[in-house]
Amino acid sequence: MAKPDVTGGLYVKRTRTFDRIVKTAVYFCAGLTVLILVSMLLYIVIRGAPQINWKFLSTAPSSLKGTYGILPSIINTLYIVFITILIATPIGVGAAIYLNEYAKKGKLVRIIEFTIETLAGIPSIIYGLFGAIFFGEIMKLGYAIITGALTLSIMVLPIVIRTTQEALKMVPQSYREGALGSGATKWYMIRTIILPSAVSGIVTSVILSIGRIVGESAALIFTAGAADNLPKNWLTHPGTSGATLTVQMYFGVSNGKYIDEGFGIALVLIVIVLLINILTKQLSKKLEK
Amino acid sequence: MQGNEMVKTTQSATATKSFFTIMGSSKTKSAIEKVMSVIFVACGLTAVLAVLGITVYMIVAGSPAIGKIGILEFLFGTRWAPTAADPSFGILYIILTSIVGTFLAVLIGVPIALLTAVYLAEVASPRLYKMVRPAIELLAGIPSVIYGLVGAILLVPLMRMAEVAIFKGSETHQFTGGANLLSAVLVLAVMILPTVVNVSESSLRAVPKELKEASLALGATHMETIFKVLVPAAKSGIVTSIVLGIGRAVGEAMAIMMVSGNVVNLPLPFNSVRFLTTGIVTEMSYSGGLHRQALFSIGLILFLFIMVINIVLNVILKKGGEKNG
Repeated sequence: MAKPDVTGGLYVKRTRTFDRIVKTAVYFCAGLTVLILVSMLLYIVIRGAPQINWKFLSTAPSSLKGTYGILPSIINTLYIVFITILIATPIGVGAAIYLNEYAKKGKLVRIIEFTIETLAGIPSIIYGLFGAIFFGEIMKLGYAIITGALTLSIMVLPIVIRTTQEALKMVPQSYREGALGSGATKWYMIRTIILPSAVSGIVTSVILSIGRIVGESAALIFTAGAADNLPKNWLTHPGTSGATLTVQMYFGVSNGKYIDEGFGIALVLIVIVLLINILTKQLSKKLEK
Repeated sequence: MQGNEMVKTTQSATATKSFFTIMGSSKTKSAIEKVMSVIFVACGLTAVLAVLGITVYMIVAGSPAIGKIGILEFLFGTRWAPTAADPSFGILYIILTSIVGTFLAVLIGVPIALLTAVYLAEVASPRLYKMVRPAIELLAGIPSVIYGLVGAILLVPLMRMAEVAIFKGSETHQFTGGANLLSAVLVLAVMILPTVVNVSESSLRAVPKELKEASLALGATHMETIFKVLVPAAKSGIVTSIVLGIGRAVGEAMAIMMVSGNVVNLPLPFNSVRFLTTGIVTEMSYSGGLHRQALFSIGLILFLFIMVINIVLNVILKKGGEKNG
């Protein structure tokens, strides 16, 4: 009896060149992406870490004394984050509630959704130009933290609306039916049932917005300006010009004077971004539960 | 918490009780209802208002200079000398740089991003996935000035060495010290990675399992299945991711500001160049009069580019939606 010919049969592993090449390419590209990130991070840590000390974090830069510090830009960043969130969150959440709870499918909703997409796609430099003309010149706010915050409020609006909308969609329909069926009015239902159930989604949207604001620079140079003074008066400070961390770093690095200090700021920013990523992940896990 | 209680009480609540509470204050209640619904509509319209406002003000601020300079002279002039005694405002090279730079960045970035997306969606083991995924997320969150800084300190010196080696003895080449189109393109390519990876990965994951199972059952290998079944099926999502990447690359300013050299020039790899975005940033602080208006005109051109990209995106998304729906 002749043995059955099994070359090329089921049990023989053929070498498949296509598979091998493609698989190598896939691994190579994934590896390359990670490698780029890791080497960037390592380099920033190595050059930035020696810069960071108490004096760096707690003083203002002084050309007289020749010292460099980032306290004013930390404070400015906090101001801009706070004001922007204060403006953008209510409007964004309101818009999400309108789209999810009130609006009936139709032309208006399509237009609103298209404009949200558009806002998300507009580059920050355009926001900067618009903010400089509209808030800076026409509303006469000039170079000021409030000008920057108003500009960024429009910029983060799509983030707030979309994230909140997703959270609202996760609230079971039966909650709404139950509330309305038991005689609650629409606003009462939204206030007592929908919003509390969507709260972690709203918090996520705030954190994502903070990430965007902290990393922003192009929209801020023409609106919030580049001053790095400590606030003289906490209440009127938003009316004055102020650089955020990214803006201070950009100007310090681009005039060639403060490269190492720039890496110090970069490290601070990376730590903030990392914290934000971890926080959003924890929150979205909570949301899924 | 309150929500659950509310639902539970729904069943036990007596009809009479809730009937009376509603009737008791029906006037104020309906007034609040009306006010709130108006507020929510207003919030919903903010986005529309913002886009309208931005469009109007970009046109209002951007068109006077185009009118004064002449649209053909502005778009197709090759000399940009806004502060010269005989000022000239031609942005052809700037427009070309933005187009060529974006195109090259997409050409380099998209294949890497797509294969990374394939890795994440299909190849990675759960343990490695947990390491690569956060890396992509971090890459997306890094501020653009940091990309610029790292590019300027690490990439530009490498480019300088390459430049010196390639153009050794050349008399026509203007040496740039490494801040050139190629540096900008590489930085942009890295910056669009997370956008393309995220959107492509989710569209690959959205392909119905049956397609994959059928392909494997017919004897195709895993890789054949991925590239001949999954990728074509996820086509509209992948195209979307590429268009989003193009949008990000066209609009990026601060990162390439620090690595592109900022000279208005033909977009050749080793030339210092100026993009639409960096053109605005470079001169905004000291410009006045017609020069400043011309910068807003550059902004308007950039805005038109972005609007075209947005509309293309919308059309793709609608088509994809129709197919899936």
